[in-house]
This record gives sequence, C-alpha cells and structure tokens, in this order.
Amino acid sequence: MNWELIFWNALYTAINAGAASYCIVASGLNVHVGYTGLLNFGQAGFAAVGAYAFAIAIANYDWHWYFALPLVFGASLLLSLLLGMPTLRLRADYLAIVTIAAAEIIRYFLNTTRFTWLTGGTDGKNGWTDFFQDLNPWVNDDRFRLGAQSFDGYRLFMMVLGWSLVVIIAVFVWALMRSPWGRVLKSIREDEDAARALGKNVILFKMQSLMLGGLIGSIGGLMLSAQTQAATPGQFATTLTFYAFTIMVLGGSGRVKGPIFGTVIFFFVIQFVDNLLEQTTFNNKLPDWLIDTNNFGVVKLVVAGLVLAGLVVFRPQGIFGDRREQVFDVR
Amino acid sequence: MSAELTPVVAAQRFPAGVEGRPGASKPDPILVVDSVRRAFGGLVAVNVEHAEIQRNQITALIGPNGAGKTTFFNLLTGFDESDTGRWTFDGHAVDNIPPHKLARLGMVRTFQLTKSLARLSVIENMRLGSGGQRGERLWAAPWRPLWWDQERSVTRRSEALLERFRLDHMRDDYAGNLSGGQRKLLEMARALMTDPRLIMLDEPMAGVNPVLKQSLLEHITLLRDEGRTVLFVEHDMDMVHEISDWVLVMAEGQLIAEGTATQISGDQAVIDAYLGAHHEVDLGAMDEAQAIQELGLDAADLGVDTLQQVADEQVDDDRRDQGAAE
Repeated sequence: MNWELIFWNALYTAINAGAASYCIVASGLNVHVGYTGLLNFGQAGFAAVGAYAFAIAIANYDWHWYFALPLVFGASLLLSLLLGMPTLRLRADYLAIVTIAAAEIIRYFLNTTRFTWLTGGTDGKNGWTDFFQDLNPWVNDDRFRLGAQSFDGYRLFMMVLGWSLVVIIAVFVWALMRSPWGRVLKSIREDEDAARALGKNVILFKMQSLMLGGLIGSIGGLMLSAQTQAATPGQFATTLTFYAFTIMVLGGSGRVKGPIFGTVIFFFVIQFVDNLLEQTTFNNKLPDWLIDTNNFGVVKLVVAGLVLAGLVVFRPQGIFGDRREQVFDVR
Repeated sequence: MSAELTPVVAAQRFPAGVEGRPGASKPDPILVVDSVRRAFGGLVAVNVEHAEIQRNQITALIGPNGAGKTTFFNLLTGFDESDTGRWTFDGHAVDNIPPHKLARLGMVRTFQLTKSLARLSVIENMRLGSGGQRGERLWAAPWRPLWWDQERSVTRRSEALLERFRLDHMRDDYAGNLSGGQRKLLEMARALMTDPRLIMLDEPMAGVNPVLKQSLLEHITLLRDEGRTVLFVEHDMDMVHEISDWVLVMAEGQLIAEGTATQISGDQAVIDAYLGAHHEVDLGAMDEAQAIQELGLDAADLGVDTLQQVADEQVDDDRRDQGAAE
C-alpha cells in the first residue's frame, strides 16, 4: 500500500483545476438554488454552452479571445432567457423539468455526428486553448510536484487561474447577497407570493438570478474544458449537475463559502476512496466476493456515496449551514 | 388601552347618510369595484355588481365558508385574474394589474396562512417591505456606498415599527422561530413598511390566542387612526363587532348586505346566508311530500332528484368546511 501516493493524489484531485471548475459551476447553482430557490437541474447545459461557444468561435472561426469571451456571456444569457421566459411565471417544478430537458438536448446536439463539422461530435473540440497557454507565466511542459503527485505547468496555471476565479466569483456573490437585491432573492426562495405582495417584481428578480447563476456556470464550463484542453460532450453529462448539487449541499447551500469547501471535501473523499479501493483490490487485500478488479469502479461510487450520505445525515445543513435553519419546515 | 377601544361605536364613526344596502355608494371611496366576476369551471366563485370601500375606515368582509371572500380578495390584489370587471384604487384603474404594482400604488395585503419568510431574520423581513430601494437594482447591489444610507434609514423605520408591534426583542431571530401570533404581527408590520394607504388583511385573527387578539385589534384600530384604510376578511364575529366601521357580507359569490355591524346582525338575508334559510328544519328526517308542503320546496326547481340529496350535500359541505378549517 502506497499511502503517501493515495493521500497526495486525493489532495491534488481536490484542489486541481477540474475541482475549481466544478466549484465555479456549483457557485452558479448556489445562486439559483441556494439563494433564489430556482430548481435548476440543467446547470450542465449552461456549462456546455460556455465551453463550446468559446471553443467553436476560436477553433472554427478563428475569433480573437476578446470576441470569444463576450460570445460566451451572450450565449449564456440567451440560454437563460430561453429557459426563463416560459417557466419563471409558473411553479418551481416547471423550471426543473425544462432545464433538465434543455441540458440533455444540448448534450445530444454536441454528441451527434450530424454536426461534427461544428461541434466535433463525440470526440469533442480541441485546438482552441492557445489563449490559456499563452497566458501561462510558467512553462507549459515543466513538471511540478505536490507531495508524491506530479503535474505539468499548464495544469499548475489552470489550477491557479481556476481558484482565482473562484475567489473573485465568491466575493462578487457575497457582495450581491448582502445587498437589498440579495434580500429579495432570499425572500423569493422563502415565499414568492409574500415578495410579490410587498411590491417586488418577482419575475424580474428570478430572471436576473437565472442569468447570473447561468453566467457563472458557463465560466465554470469553459474552465472545465480548458483545463483538459478539449471540450467533450462527456464533460457535460447530468452527473456534472448532480455533482454540483452534492457539492453545494455538502458545503451548505445559500452560503458563499459552501461550494468552495464542498468541492474540496467532495473530490477528496471520492478520489481517496477510489485510490484506496484500487490499491487494495489489485493487491488482493479484500475478498473477491466483495470487490474484484472488474467491479471496483462501481463499488468506489457506492462507498463514496455512503460517505457523503453520512456527512449529510450527520450535518444536514452542510459544513457552513446554520443548524437553526433546519428546524423550520420550509414548505 | 383596551378600555378605550372596546365600544368603538361604529355607527357614529361612519359618515351619515350611507344607506345599508348592497353596493351602497360612499362619499369618499378609496376602492370602487364594478361587475367583477370569476368562475372556476361552472362554479361562479365571485360575482360582485358594485362595491365601494370608504377611505380611512375599517371595513370588514364577512360571509359563510365558500362565499368567495378570499377569491374576491385575491382578485382585488392581483393574485388571481377576473373574467370580467373593473376596479379603481384611489382613482387609478387597477383591474388585473400585477400585485407588485398594486403594492407600489399603496395597496398591500396579508395572507390567511401567514407568509413570514422563515430563513430571514425578523429585521430582514421588515427591511424587505420598504419600497423603492436603490440596492434592489442588480447593477447597484454590489456597491454598498450606493445604498448604505438608504439601508440605514430603512433599518431605523423597521426598528421603530418592530417596537410598536412589540417584536423588537426578536429583532435578529429567524422569523421561523416566531409563534403563530407573532408571525401575524410581523406580517402586519412588514406590510406597513410599504407605507400603504389601503391595507387588506386576510383573516388576521385566524389561529391567534385571545391575549394577542386584543393587541392585534389595537394595532388595526391604530392603522385607521393614523389615516389608513383597512379592509379585512374575518370569521370572528366578535372582532367584526368590535372594530369594524362598516361591514360587507358576501354569500355564494355575491354581495348580499352592507351596513354597520349592528345593522348587519339583524339582517334576515345575512342570517339566512350564514345558517341556511331552513336551518331549523332537519331535511333528512322529513318525509319528502311533507317537506315540499311545509317549506314550499320543489326538488325539480332545486335541480336535484330528491330532497335527501340536498340534505346529504349539506352534510358534505359541513365536512368539507371542517376539513378546510383543520
């Protein structure tokens, strides 16, 4: 058993650029679900739009990044409008249905061979990350170490960039949520009829929240693809949305710090269990009826799921939630 | 305090010369309603020809269960859409405009099932009520200097109102921690943050203990005394007697009577509506021919097959009312 590698690899996974990207996606979801009570089950769709808008603009049309970035914002806002206009007048469940459907439509569209010329199909889109490589102050191919784990200069840069964005977004969200604007969002989460009766244009606020959270999700999606140097449909499956939900609930929904610590814990647990099971299985330390080399991928998810469920059971408000909030029957 | 309040002699407060009949015109109405109708499928829930609410008075809207009071309330406040009808608030045509616009015009409502915002603190609940906040604009929200001064004055106003409603000791608690009665107080105080000219209370006394009831009554009376108009829906006849200057009675969607509380309690139409015209007769126990003879009822006229069915439906209604009350 190489305990050192198990630990450092899990730690690296918890703080690498991929984790930072998930954290950004979850921060956007936190604006929707945690603060406004908008049940968005299609955050992966926003992320996909962010990544592919940038990738296609650069790889297919050779746009400069200072046109491609506004395109990311524009495409994300347009998706919010498309999803929000028909559903925000209705009950929360309708938004949930429409968002999960939209995210799947987007993923199937990216997956289909019909539009391979545009989206790259199943293989995804690469050759658009020069912008990030040029920005990198470190040498892209240099090796760096975190304990027993080594990684290259590009990953180091994306890690730093990712967590910097996380901090900037967290400060921005914090500044918004302490304002009267944030107060209206929270009142909509609690009871939108009450907010309406007090003169708040609830649909407008919900649309603003959907746009803001979607925009953050798109930035997260762009980072998620940029750190692997390719945008693929597989990155934007429904698991992205549900991981983001888990991260948010784990850290405490409706808390600025929630997604950050949720991300680190979530990925550390997943990767630690993964590494541990892998090593024990391949070294035949566990009985075959429980786990063998064929099924350890599944058992890993089961065990990780149990650990996370345990965390939520014993700390339902999340790491940073306020226990008192759990006392009320919210609905 | 309660001693001064108990016998508010309603008839003397109300301007003389207003007739006690449904749809009576008032000298200075703040709310005027014309031919409002709302049907749910075949059921006409509200069908009000004409109604006026006098400014700076406490008007009660009463009626038996299922009379359409709450539906009428929802229509007026924009929470439901009417099939037909026009109504004006203080000279503005406001039929079917969204609730947030009504609130900005100065017409605010509370709810039968109290809507305190559980995971916001009491003071945040209060601040929310204030209208025209600069910091509620997305572009201004992140920059605190743009809204901080206003926020402080909003907080001062909130604190003053909390003190008046004796909730100041709960200032920083979650609203979810308040008792049922305190939530009613909070909802009323929060509604006052919008500085309304007309405040509409949907069953303010439901589920409130007698002590708090008295204090709620004082607060409602105070609203009128500081120049606001109050319209409230209520079941509790004691309360209606105690504080209302004028009473509107609804039954089966229509306005069937108007007057002071004293006039109303002697009105035969009201008694019939509340108790049923034949409330002293047990329809089920009666032989059909005898019933037709004694009451002058005709089953065909009523659109039923037998009078037993009428009696059964009566029982069903009662059960449903009980269910709703629980």
